[in-house]
Amino acid sequence: MKKILLLLAALAAQPAWAQDTIKIGLVTALSGQSARAGEAITRGMQVAIDELNAKGGVLGKKLELVRRDDEATPAKGVIAARELLFKEKVAVLFGGLDTPVSLAIVPIVNEGKIPFMGPWAAGTPITKNGAKDNYVFRVSAVDEIVDKAMLQYSQKTFGAKNCGMILVNNPWGESNEKGLTAALSAKGMKPAGIEKFEGNDVDVVPQLTRLKQAGADCLFLVGNVGPSAQVVKSLDRMGWKPPVVSHWGPAGGRFTELAGPSAKQVHFVQTYSFFGKLSPVGEKVMKALMAKYPDVKGPGDVTPAVGVANAYDATMLTALAIKAAGKLDGTAIRDGYYKIGKYEGLIKTYNKPFTRENHDAVNENDYVWTQFIDNQIVPVGMHK
Amino acid sequence: MLASALLTGLGLGSMYGLLALGFYITYSVSSTVNFAQGSSMMLGAVLAYTFSVRLGWPLTAAAGLALALCALYGLIVEALAVRPFARRGSNAWLMATVALGIVADNAVLFTFGKEPRGFPMYFAGGLTLSGIHVSWLQLAIPAVGLALAAALSVFSRQTRYGKAMLAVVQNPDAARLMGINVPMVIAAAYAASTLLAGVAGIMIAPLSNVHSDMGTLFGIKAFAVAILGGIASAWGVMLAGLLFGVAEALITSFLGSAYTQILSFTLVIVALALMPNGLFGRAQAKKV
Repeated sequence: MKKILLLLAALAAQPAWAQDTIKIGLVTALSGQSARAGEAITRGMQVAIDELNAKGGVLGKKLELVRRDDEATPAKGVIAARELLFKEKVAVLFGGLDTPVSLAIVPIVNEGKIPFMGPWAAGTPITKNGAKDNYVFRVSAVDEIVDKAMLQYSQKTFGAKNCGMILVNNPWGESNEKGLTAALSAKGMKPAGIEKFEGNDVDVVPQLTRLKQAGADCLFLVGNVGPSAQVVKSLDRMGWKPPVVSHWGPAGGRFTELAGPSAKQVHFVQTYSFFGKLSPVGEKVMKALMAKYPDVKGPGDVTPAVGVANAYDATMLTALAIKAAGKLDGTAIRDGYYKIGKYEGLIKTYNKPFTRENHDAVNENDYVWTQFIDNQIVPVGMHK
Repeated sequence: MLASALLTGLGLGSMYGLLALGFYITYSVSSTVNFAQGSSMMLGAVLAYTFSVRLGWPLTAAAGLALALCALYGLIVEALAVRPFARRGSNAWLMATVALGIVADNAVLFTFGKEPRGFPMYFAGGLTLSGIHVSWLQLAIPAVGLALAAALSVFSRQTRYGKAMLAVVQNPDAARLMGINVPMVIAAAYAASTLLAGVAGIMIAPLSNVHSDMGTLFGIKAFAVAILGGIASAWGVMLAGLLFGVAEALITSFLGSAYTQILSFTLVIVALALMPNGLFGRAQAKKV
């Protein structure tokens, strides 16, 4: 009996390097409203892991994905993260679909000295978390960079000079209000107006009327899919058709069903699209997705595409970091990310994607501007 | 800007008023209310969406069954969350109705899903007033609200059943002695109240999105409106709804959305401080 107990204790204390496989953890929403996004991240990671394992894995070991559902709530995310870090002993933790969940996990990974890779949540303070010893990396959009890109796109595409903000009244809207104001003032500009609306507002005409009267020639929209649809419906009622440049909220659901035919007027940011001519890496991933998942018959079935693309690249970069580390030690892997040189990925060809100062691999030059055509997210201009 | 604010405000206000009429009905009969009236509204919208869009039924049949189920839900609210407490003179029905509403919201979350869905517009077309397109549905909401307020007013004052209902609240024991089935009248009032909320839900659905959380804020605003109007007056409740909606829209239009919630609810508090029985209510003499 004593022997069995000792054996069990030894197994429980087994460090990551003693396992047969290298476990990569994922904490994300796998149920509820964001389940599709969580599934997209899973697929991106799984396709990358299969590809790596087919080539013999990393450091001679196969990679293994271990998932936990955070139900989009920080408390559940923290429990799941602790379980993966300390019980499953994952080498790297992926996750955080929602910014609040990621922000709750950040202190745990920094304290536990295990790298945390974000393939989705865009909140600026996730990677810029102020920790002296920062273990948090990201291959996804970043609010403050998206805000710069929104301004740049509105000027380049629509010649906008006086944009107004229509933002959902929550911390995400707040974060982008700061980012957009900073982006505008960097160019010596001011917003035509800043208006907020509640997630459940039925009518946003009064807010939009204020922006129209202030002479707004374009709108910056930040809101999840439902609230964004209410803004589009209110614009329809006013018969006002300003260019609408949006964060990626509309991508999170059935935007065309909710907003009606004017949904396609909204141009929103994505990091990748599987439509159009694909790079060799794009073709390889598309083929792998179609082979592994029977419901994927074409680019329209890879939704949300950003989840798949970000997660694929993030997994590949993580494998490179582990390889560079040469061992499964959290700090060594963290430093391994800094050693990554050139890597031809799905979103782009990365060249020294991470440094001690910059933990975000994707920037404003990597964004793709898209719109909804029926139920599919396609790059702007592709649909005539 | 004034015209557009008024149009928006009247549209929103009539939705609040319609929902708040449900508070009026149960309060008039039992001095209790279903605090989760917003959940009843959401149930109407979700059920009508499920029958008409998912199952492909004609809208009239879908709405009819959805409303019948809403009325049934009202009976459940009364039987589970109000009667057991009110019978013992406890005010715990306040919490019990809120709790039942949370249960309903979460049950819908599990079965209907978290993803908001679009309810197809069933009154296509409309007209343009001072540059704003107003759909027929937006015009129908105040019309239905005012018609219901009028009907309730006439029903409670002119008909035998209406008088019986009022008798129940004035003196339940005397009403019982006069042969009025008090528990049944109260249960019927709850059924009517949630049915009205269901009507509001089905009418608001095409203008909003259908999801489990759609009624929460509406329910809170409708309760503020019911109190503001003087909860014992059908007309008062409906008019207070319109006033609240217009105030909200005017504040947003002229001062900006940052002030909307702060100022509109502050106005409610100020109005009630000045007129404790609501704008259109009368002080009730309490006979001891």
